[in-house]
Amino acid sequence: MKVHIRYFASIRESLERDSETVDTGVGTLGGLRDELIGRGGAYAECLARGRAVRLALNHVMADESTALGEGAEVGFFPPVTGG
Amino acid sequence: MSARVTIQTGDFDLSTEVAALRQGDGRVGAVCSFVGTVRDRNHSPAGDSVPGGHESVLSMELEHYPGMTEQSIEAMIDEAFGRFDILGARVIHRVGVLQPLDQIVLVAVSSAHRGESFQACEFLMDYLKTQAPFWKKEQTPDGARWVDARVSDDAALARWGIRASNA
Repeated sequence: MKVHIRYFASIRESLERDSETVDTGVGTLGGLRDELIGRGGAYAECLARGRAVRLALNHVMADESTALGEGAEVGFFPPVTGG
Repeated sequence: MSARVTIQTGDFDLSTEVAALRQGDGRVGAVCSFVGTVRDRNHSPAGDSVPGGHESVLSMELEHYPGMTEQSIEAMIDEAFGRFDILGARVIHRVGVLQPLDQIVLVAVSSAHRGESFQACEFLMDYLKTQAPFWKKEQTPDGARWVDARVSDDAALARWGIRASNA
């Protein structure tokens, strides 16, 4: 399925991109993170297990177990620091 | 009905926003507001090695997730209405490049009596700090650094029975 990923803050800087569309067979946000880590390089570094990465699905905070759907918008970002 | 949540680069005026929140509503007996501002110093990660334990902040840039930011704060306000007997709420959060002394965020809440407004205002700030998709980047004399989330903010939200899982 195709999902549209958006990156923010230090993750966006590390990957040098703010978004991309991927075609994936994984079912959850956690699976997608692992798939991106599997690309190696900057992906493996900034999304590594042990690094705090927060997740959103279709504009709502989500977690590793949240299921993906066709055409979903996913957000990968560091812990938030607003306010 | 006017917007409850605005994300904007420009500044805001507290008295204007409070007047708009009250809207000549005679049921309102209390308005509680919080304004967050940019400090000229941070909690330095260098800590002990920096005299005074902080470093200068020259400017701050706020990034956010357009589309999600407004929606997430609206949901927080809905939750505040569910938990507290309040009449109105207004949140303004600035983004873009800000300078020390600039205003960053406004949370204002109206109610019949003060207890509900005080609580709802603090609730919304604790919620926003750990769940609203903003990220701060500070410019310091030693270069730019992304601000770290704080576990104390997660602890603040936990007081309301909500698990932050942010920092």
